[in-house]
Amino acid sequence: MKYAYYPGCSLEKTQRGYDESVREVFKALGQELVEIDDWNCCGATVYMSVKETVSLAVSARNLALAEKMGLDILAPCSSCFTVLSKTNRILDEVPDMRKDVSEALAEGGLSYGGTTRVRHPLDVLMNDLGIEPIRAQLRTNLNGLKIAPYYGCQIVRPDKSWDDHENPVLLDRLFRACGGDIVYFPMKVRCCGGMLMTTFEETALKLNKELLACAGENGAEVIVTTCPLCHINLEAYQDKINRVYGTSFSLPVLYFTQLLGIALGLPARDIGLDSSFIPLGEKITSLAEAAYV
Amino acid sequence: MAHPTVSLPGLMTHSEAELRQVFLKQVEAIPAGERIKRCIQCGTCTGSCPVSYAMDISPRQLIALFRAGEMEAIMKSRTIWICASCYACSTRCPSGIKITDIIYALKRTAMEKQKKSQAPQVQTLARLFVSNLMRYGRLHEGTLIREYYTKTGITKLFGFFPLVKKMYTTKRLALFPKKIKAHKSLSHIIRKAQEIEMRHLPEPLPYSPEYVGYKGLGDLALESRKGE
Repeated sequence: MKYAYYPGCSLEKTQRGYDESVREVFKALGQELVEIDDWNCCGATVYMSVKETVSLAVSARNLALAEKMGLDILAPCSSCFTVLSKTNRILDEVPDMRKDVSEALAEGGLSYGGTTRVRHPLDVLMNDLGIEPIRAQLRTNLNGLKIAPYYGCQIVRPDKSWDDHENPVLLDRLFRACGGDIVYFPMKVRCCGGMLMTTFEETALKLNKELLACAGENGAEVIVTTCPLCHINLEAYQDKINRVYGTSFSLPVLYFTQLLGIALGLPARDIGLDSSFIPLGEKITSLAEAAYV
Repeated sequence: MAHPTVSLPGLMTHSEAELRQVFLKQVEAIPAGERIKRCIQCGTCTGSCPVSYAMDISPRQLIALFRAGEMEAIMKSRTIWICASCYACSTRCPSGIKITDIIYALKRTAMEKQKKSQAPQVQTLARLFVSNLMRYGRLHEGTLIREYYTKTGITKLFGFFPLVKKMYTTKRLALFPKKIKAHKSLSHIIRKAQEIEMRHLPEPLPYSPEYVGYKGLGDLALESRKGE
């Protein structure tokens, strides 16, 4: 299958590990990604709190560009995924909004007929491609690596989703098939606080400390994420959490496509493993090295 | 009719009625937004919220206050600004109320009416985010963070040096923002959308007891909209 790839602002640079690994994993599994030319920021959730028509028009520009390509959008960032899906849904269900947004888009020489579907890589890999074709491509057994699968909020909520709201299982299934050991992780859909790390730091630090503690106490050797915001909160703020709470977490955080890339035998450099802030530890490093020799 | 200036049971002050009108206009644009009428005050939202412990008014109380015509109290709370929009409440609400979207509508109401808030930094961040997007078409995180801390507390900015260094050494730092090619066309879209938004601003209504309770929220006809 072919998708209109929408990396989103975070993946462009600060979260290059996600971008690189999504591209490589999709290539390895025979899926084609064509980046949407000149895409713009989806507006993220912040924009929704300012002006509705504007936020919908900004995000709909991307939907319109993808429609011109005749492809469905693949959006790895959970926030982009939710915002683009939500825009689609509002345009579909509120005719007045559709009219207004069309009028605004026309001003930029674009139109949107409402046919673009927005997809998340986890959904595509597990529900379209399926676990068997992935299993056939596996090169490295994850060898019982203890994994805490962290889904976060925005891919399992708010709308009717392709995985369960309360107890999603797609990451669990994926990595079990790769030979990983999924640890008990009841906080798998608990919020990381998102942008609160900037606006209400104390609260966000507490949320993330709880997540790290839950994963750590259950023996996780790595947390896998699906969202740049979860990722940066859990990874970049571990130091600060340790300072504030007197803890000593040193838990690597990887994007699910990075860990899948290791299992698929992709070179560490190609899937951005060198962009991690936290030492990956002996086990993951040796798995990654074993992968492509 | 003279505007009552004190809070009397069943009556609303002028500013309350105005806030309510702006808010209800926002709710209309939410798919299944009218379900706010179905609240049974069970508190599942509050129990599901990962940050309710840090709120001054719980999500359940928010709806109760709205129903009682106490919009001013809601606007003054820090609750609406601390919502991280994780949607846990929305998916669990037994009445199918889109609480997260309702909170967005409250944020927009507060920003539109320029209400003094207990958490001005959230509005600062939102405004800077928007201006960043308008300038470049894409978000440049470095610029956003720099501008945000310049406005809210410059000393904190220095705390970011270790992180910036790490970003640099792992090649994750984009030093300069980049404009999208079709920046002009995007600006046209944004300008038009803003214009449309202004067009839809509700005519300020004179005070009317109509706005107490759920009145003013439209009729049940709205219910026919696809919910989920």
